[in-house]
Amino acid sequence: MSQSKAEIAVEKFLEFTDGEVASFFESCVHCGLCAGACPFYVSTQDPKYTPTYKLLPMVKAYKREKAPLSKIRKMFGLAPDPVTEEELLEWEPLVYDSCTMCGRCTTVCPMGIDIAGTIRKMREGYAAAGLVPEGLQRSAEFVEKTSSPMGVTLKALEAQIRHQEKETGIPIEIDKKGADYMAILSSMEIMGYPEIIGAYAKLFKKAGLTWTISSEAYEATNVGVQIGSGPLAKSIVKRVVDAAEALEVKYVISPECGHAYGAIRWAGPNLIGRQFKFDVIHIIELLDKLRREGRIPAGKKDGRKMTLHDPCQLVRRGGLLKEPRRLMDDSCSDFIEMESSGIANICCGGGGGVSANPRAEELKLAAFGQKAKQLTGIDDLEVVIVPCANCRTVFEDGLDEYELNYEVLGLGELVAATLEE
Amino acid sequence: MSFLEFVEGPLFYFSGTVFVLAGLWRIIGLIRLGRRKDISEPKGSAAAGFIRGNFRHFFPRRVFTKWMWMHILGGYAFHIGLLVVLLFAAPHVAFLSDRILAGFSWPALPRWGFIIAAEFAFAGLIVLWVRRFSNPVMRLISDWDDHIGSWLTFIVMLTGMFALQESHDILRAIHMLMVDIWLLYFPFSRLMHAFTFFLSRGHTGATYGRKGMIP
Repeated sequence: MSQSKAEIAVEKFLEFTDGEVASFFESCVHCGLCAGACPFYVSTQDPKYTPTYKLLPMVKAYKREKAPLSKIRKMFGLAPDPVTEEELLEWEPLVYDSCTMCGRCTTVCPMGIDIAGTIRKMREGYAAAGLVPEGLQRSAEFVEKTSSPMGVTLKALEAQIRHQEKETGIPIEIDKKGADYMAILSSMEIMGYPEIIGAYAKLFKKAGLTWTISSEAYEATNVGVQIGSGPLAKSIVKRVVDAAEALEVKYVISPECGHAYGAIRWAGPNLIGRQFKFDVIHIIELLDKLRREGRIPAGKKDGRKMTLHDPCQLVRRGGLLKEPRRLMDDSCSDFIEMESSGIANICCGGGGGVSANPRAEELKLAAFGQKAKQLTGIDDLEVVIVPCANCRTVFEDGLDEYELNYEVLGLGELVAATLEE
Repeated sequence: MSFLEFVEGPLFYFSGTVFVLAGLWRIIGLIRLGRRKDISEPKGSAAAGFIRGNFRHFFPRRVFTKWMWMHILGGYAFHIGLLVVLLFAAPHVAFLSDRILAGFSWPALPRWGFIIAAEFAFAGLIVLWVRRFSNPVMRLISDWDDHIGSWLTFIVMLTGMFALQESHDILRAIHMLMVDIWLLYFPFSRLMHAFTFFLSRGHTGATYGRKGMIP
């Protein structure tokens, strides 16, 4: 007999409830403080957007089937009811539309519960049961056909590369075997901000390092991580690993994209079950390293008033806190931090697949209102540096919605623009 | 055997045994569930992260304090007050020394110190409890376990205050009966957060400590 969707989801929930997740479920005292850290709750004031509440079906499954003493609780009729498909459907918008897996809730939780990481695991159950929002499902289908969630083909990438070669006058070699570095890009960068390719060419030429882009694996975005599909996430990582190892590069450069970094740097080896034969380095880490080594010296600083957005997956959940700040200090003379910047920074509202989910559009823009407040708290601000292409598109939509006129730039572009001639 | 002797004797030892065994069962069960192996190249130490994570979450970040101050004050007042009362009230020190620790004892707080600690504990518990039904978020996410835990703890504390004068055996017996019920309920309930918190903070600390970050 085939399993019901609820049974499939519950099976995955339990598979992903190890001692770490179980300790979260056992320790939550329902204090509700996580709500105050969540841009979706703060902007809507709807209690259903309380982060810990979003986990309820998974908590129920654990307490009924796996928790220590659950058998005794069941004997006394004190175990929760079984999770139903209706319940999973009711929770689906909470799991996908109103959580960017930004992890700000953890910074305020007295128990230190990693709710974002647990939502990621909960999505495994939803994905296995086929309960995924249409927009994200469409992205996954694009990935299967073209390797890109936006359907960006190799031809489109080659056209952008040729254009950037003309702009910079620097040749960019595809599939160069034995290059030290292989860059991967997000679709959003290729189609929306291709000037980053030119910035790489300029910076790497100055630093004297050899680099390439693979025709087999140029896409960094990992829709599998966003949807919560381990098998899809693994196939996307494996494509990059195979290409990088075939080209015998020493490093793969993860681009200015939050989830892409987490997917390849932290989840990647665990997904494919072995360590890579190369190192993964984030473009910001690399630029900071090259700057410290004196290989890309800073030139004249940009004098405009600038602030820095901290992409959640790079900073709070990725560990890159100081590197972007050092580059900012070198590149602009009037850098000012937002209130609660750094580890407690507020998410743009569109990460974790939310921006790829048209159903969540209204919520995303509402959540961006919190970001807008951070920005308007800085007098005479002119430029926002956003080192994540996905955040950048959310910023552009959000700034338009809130009628704010700030220029939005990537950090790599800023560093390239202020490079010593 | 009087009622007081029963609740301080056999029932207390039974409740205490259930508390210890079921509590250990639950904690060992959590540890035995294991932790997914992480083979990504670490930037920091998971073990140091486990410890740092535990300390980090004792101290709220300043940026959040302007909207969570009431909860912070209530939480600290209740937990510290209760711990002080539990471990340093003279009748508790005497009871623990006689009944469990075979005569081992330590200095108790003077009566005024104990009263202040108890007042902090009551004030804190009431703040947290009122928030549980007045705050829309807490109202939605709270379940019967949260309410029973709060009620039982409150009643244990209240009967303890009644027994303070040690004027009637029955008041002491009622307090001890409530303590016994509380001990029996504890390991099956969310009150276990008193012991599981170090695991949840530690796991997160270890996960992100590897990445060189403690969120």
